[in-house]
Amino acid sequence: MSSIIEFANLLLGGLAAGMVLFIVSVGLSVTMGLMGFVNLAHGGFAMIGGYIIVLTMTQLGLPFVVALIVGFVVTAAISIVLERLLYSRLYRAPELDQVLFTIGLVFVMIATVTLLVGPESLPLTLPSWMQGQVNLGFMRYRTYSIVLIVAGVIIMLGLWLGFERTRMGAQIRAAVDNRRMAESLGININRLFTLVFAFGSGMAALGGGLGAEFLGLDPQYPLKYLVYFLIAVAVGGLGRITGVFYASLIIGVLDFALKLYIPKGGTLFIYALTILLLLWRPQGLFGKST
Amino acid sequence: MSATSDFSSHPAARALINRHRLRWWEPLPWLLALAFYFIFPRYLGFGTEVLITVLFAISLDLALGYAGIVTLGHAAFFGAGAYTVGMLADNGIWTEPVTGLLISAAVAAAIGFLSGLVLLRTTGLTLLMLTLCTMGLLEEAANLGHDWTGGFDGLPSLNVPPLFGLFEFNPLFPKTQYLYVLGVLLVCFVFVRTLVYSPFGQSLTGIRENTLRMHAVGAPVRWRLILCYTLSAALAGVAGGIWAQANAYVNLTTLGLDRAATVLIILVLGGYGRLYGSWVGAVAYMALAHFLSQIYPTAWQLGLGLLLVAIALFARGGILGIGDALLARFARKKPS
Repeated sequence: MSSIIEFANLLLGGLAAGMVLFIVSVGLSVTMGLMGFVNLAHGGFAMIGGYIIVLTMTQLGLPFVVALIVGFVVTAAISIVLERLLYSRLYRAPELDQVLFTIGLVFVMIATVTLLVGPESLPLTLPSWMQGQVNLGFMRYRTYSIVLIVAGVIIMLGLWLGFERTRMGAQIRAAVDNRRMAESLGININRLFTLVFAFGSGMAALGGGLGAEFLGLDPQYPLKYLVYFLIAVAVGGLGRITGVFYASLIIGVLDFALKLYIPKGGTLFIYALTILLLLWRPQGLFGKST
Repeated sequence: MSATSDFSSHPAARALINRHRLRWWEPLPWLLALAFYFIFPRYLGFGTEVLITVLFAISLDLALGYAGIVTLGHAAFFGAGAYTVGMLADNGIWTEPVTGLLISAAVAAAIGFLSGLVLLRTTGLTLLMLTLCTMGLLEEAANLGHDWTGGFDGLPSLNVPPLFGLFEFNPLFPKTQYLYVLGVLLVCFVFVRTLVYSPFGQSLTGIRENTLRMHAVGAPVRWRLILCYTLSAALAGVAGGIWAQANAYVNLTTLGLDRAATVLIILVLGGYGRLYGSWVGAVAYMALAHFLSQIYPTAWQLGLGLLLVAIALFARGGILGIGDALLARFARKKPS
């Protein structure tokens, strides 16, 4: 019995972390798949969103769920401005320029947040009904982790439906598979991309807010977790929502388990596994081979 | 006979023939570096750091600027070189500086060759990820192997014997270090300069510009890239090794994303694929960082970020590229 409980502990904790990773990374996966744009500043949107969410709660006194919506909307609006003004100039630029531009953008974001809010980490206070533990029947577990898992599954289902069942989703899938062909069919790729970019950044903001409880929230956030976001996207396959979902969950559970059993060497295994996996399947676990 | 003289008098042919010749301004950075030694004896520690950064940036220039391998993990080789010197000295196995650098180069080259074998099969995001992961792997390994690498604290106070048995290394008054680093830099620079103007270097530029066409003309693209990556790794290893010797310690900062991103920024700031970009970038960046980052760290980061955005959007050739453009405009206006 105790081993089952231990296993469930591990699984639930890992899944909760994986869900946050998924919510942050899914936008990155779609924008990279759609435009081939190497956006290293994606974590910056998660950080900005997280700050907006926490500040909305502490300064305006709004409840957590409302703050999440505010964070999503404001971050998406900021990202539209950045996308139209700056990103769009570099779509056909060499990869190196995109890398430099987005690294520069991360620096600007970090410095701006440090100047406006301060360099110290910002604490998030969860609403009281998300604190404490919940009875799952065979064991008790942290309510917030369960909330994260449920939220992640709902978001995944919503995205999946949107992707598979709507006209827009079909356009995105078509553009990811073959951009030229999609453009020839009259799909306005630029407008599509702006929308996807804004939505992805909004999702990142949501993830930044939801994950702030255990990932923390400080100006170094975008660089600290950059590798994790990139691994989730690369392992899941570019532009594959389900791919990123499974990849994030695998990474979440693996990371959680490794940190528990080998507290020091966990990250080493994640790196090594990623290298091996990308050698075996350069297009990612769930990506289509070209 | 007349046909060959016709070809060689063609402007394009002349440009190709003269391309590798020494230009009048090429000794300039070396003279300035020597002058610095005599004029600013109190800043030699800083000067040494700049020269090491130039060497590191040149190694990246070979891979990124000439062969077009976009990597975010070049500090892996810098760190490998630094830890080689550090671990050999810490265990008392080998401390002689010059041969120590050769061992560093060999170790870094081996890592570059092995990782290059596998990661140069990929391109784009996957390549970027793999270089990042390779560096992360080494960093974690150095962090974990506490008994050999000193873990998080690194290896402090390494024993570095006098150079050639004559010249003491002195961290407080780094005269020997400065000239030693300058000498090593000169050797490495001449090597890279010869390499990039050789047919091999020419084929690297070809691969950067059009991989498909290089395949079509029968160039062994993958092996050229691997060789280039290995050489670049070896040079980065020398830079790391000499950093460890000059500072007499090694720690995890030699392997981090910070260092990899910084050297990339320096190279691009100066202008990549043009050899002297490393000089300009390293001097400009480090002088600014030295004076600004201590006093206004946040403003420094903001300015650096804006600068990078501006370079990516408007000035892809970096400082030297801007200089070229200004010169071209000046030259065009002059006759009219």
